[in-house]
Amino acid sequence: MPTPDTLGSEPGTSTAPGSRAAAASTPAVEISHLRKTYGPLVAVDDVSFSVTEGEIFGILGPNGAGKTTTVECAVGLRSPDSGTIRLMGIDPQADRAQIHEITGVQLQSGAFPGKLRVGEIIDMYRSFYRHPADAGELAGALGLADKRHSYYRSLSGGQQQRLSVVLALIGAPKVAVLDEMTTGLDPQARRAAWELVEHVRDRGTTVLLVTHFMEEAERLCDRVALIDSGRIVALDTPAGLATRAMGGKTVRFLPSAPFDESLLTRLPEVTAIEHDGHHIVVTGTGELATAVIVAMYKAGVEARDVRIDASTLEDAFVRLTGRHLHEAEEGAPS
Amino acid sequence: MTALMPTRPRAPRAAFASMVLNEARLAWRQPAGIIAGAGIALLLLIIFGEIPVFRQPSGSLGGYSTFDVYIPILMGFSIAIIAFLYLPGPLVSYRELGILRRLSTTPVPAYWVLAAQIVVQACLMAVTLALIVTVSIVFFGISAPRNPGAMVLAIALCMAALFAIGLAIAALARTAAAARGLMAAALYPLMFFSGLYYPVQLMPAVIQDISDYTPLYAAVQAIGAAWVGQFPATRSLLVLVGYALVFGFLAKRFFRWE
Repeated sequence: MPTPDTLGSEPGTSTAPGSRAAAASTPAVEISHLRKTYGPLVAVDDVSFSVTEGEIFGILGPNGAGKTTTVECAVGLRSPDSGTIRLMGIDPQADRAQIHEITGVQLQSGAFPGKLRVGEIIDMYRSFYRHPADAGELAGALGLADKRHSYYRSLSGGQQQRLSVVLALIGAPKVAVLDEMTTGLDPQARRAAWELVEHVRDRGTTVLLVTHFMEEAERLCDRVALIDSGRIVALDTPAGLATRAMGGKTVRFLPSAPFDESLLTRLPEVTAIEHDGHHIVVTGTGELATAVIVAMYKAGVEARDVRIDASTLEDAFVRLTGRHLHEAEEGAPS
Repeated sequence: MTALMPTRPRAPRAAFASMVLNEARLAWRQPAGIIAGAGIALLLLIIFGEIPVFRQPSGSLGGYSTFDVYIPILMGFSIAIIAFLYLPGPLVSYRELGILRRLSTTPVPAYWVLAAQIVVQACLMAVTLALIVTVSIVFFGISAPRNPGAMVLAIALCMAALFAIGLAIAALARTAAAARGLMAAALYPLMFFSGLYYPVQLMPAVIQDISDYTPLYAAVQAIGAAWVGQFPATRSLLVLVGYALVFGFLAKRFFRWE
């Protein structure tokens, strides 16, 4: 049983930024205290979060962290050992038929018979749904418009991956689950896929995005849950996570003259000051660079050779899990 | 349609039709099974029909000619080839490719793809069997089957028994290659005991006794009996029903959808 203390600090209770959170009544996805074990291995341990309708929610973590298991439980492919899951208010275990109608799932692995044509596969999956999306539009958005008559086996790995994304979205789902959607795509195709996801979200689809591409999470996600060893280690906006993990931004500069450091420590934006040779390194939050430079200017000291660094989600990941994400790209998929 | 919409949403009926269509396309584009099942059986039928000595009635064959005896054997053979070539291999490879898993994330139940395959194969078998019967009657002057109802029953039970065995193979095999191996291991003995290589009536008594309890020979006996106007022996029908039930149960018990 959770203690009142853990309930209060539960990451799932934090809400999406902006007005979207306020507008929505029921969360599109609500997972609380999810636990799933495979024999002695605890794949997911007390994972809780809720996703607002229309949000793009990222699940980030190394392989084997439990990302895939979490989303597979969410869409009813696996039954959790304990915990509750609601998608648009529906329990996936109790009403699979309803869940499959409102979700679109793209799994990491999966292929099709080589001698089916792309259009034939898309048309078949489209026929599974009562209110499907426009096949031509989706295929076009993912650069498969001229591949409709090609055999599946003639597609490149990236094209197969894009077909897989098309099929996840062909049912015009209320909740789309995309597991490593852009793995194996070239940068141009990746950007096209991102634009499509944003477009789909703008039409009201909630997106659960499992990824280990930092750039993808930073670009697309409203909020990100960092998962490691089956637990959520942090849940925030990408910028919020980065700030939290690194203590924010840094401004590094060379002062034109000695100055009283209390000038800077007094500033609300500043959290720490360090010396690096003759350079000063100021760490802080908010509009740090402006605040520092203005304060120095007022004191008659010029800040030269200014370099501003904002920490990234990558820094947050390393800081919180002790691992680099590109290490996570190697090895078997989770 | 909307007036009759069930409370729980179910996949549209058109979904099953489109699955059958794609399975038919795959069968058409990979015709090895059609050629092996229909082509070889028809070719053998025509060759045997052209060999004069095969057309002579023989006392050791109960007054029938070798050709007469081979017609039901070739019918059973074509059913076996199609059931074994088209059922276990593709089903296991669908599991390997993750197709069954992906289907189970859609409103369509994964077993629909199996049902779609069975529809396509049953159609292939029906066409093949109709060709064998027609060629026998039109080109070789064999009289038409005298008990068509019993023949349809025998063919249906034969399909059920062989499909069940094929599904059990799909359930037990982990890979498509293993399915092919198991399929060959099951098919060749079945063909031997059905008399494909040498008429069972001319084989030693012990072989004949074993043959009576193999599904393919039971089917051959039942089809042959129906052709000449008898109702198939209860034992033949029970053997087929038994194989269908036992292997159907094994398949259901051990089949993994992912």
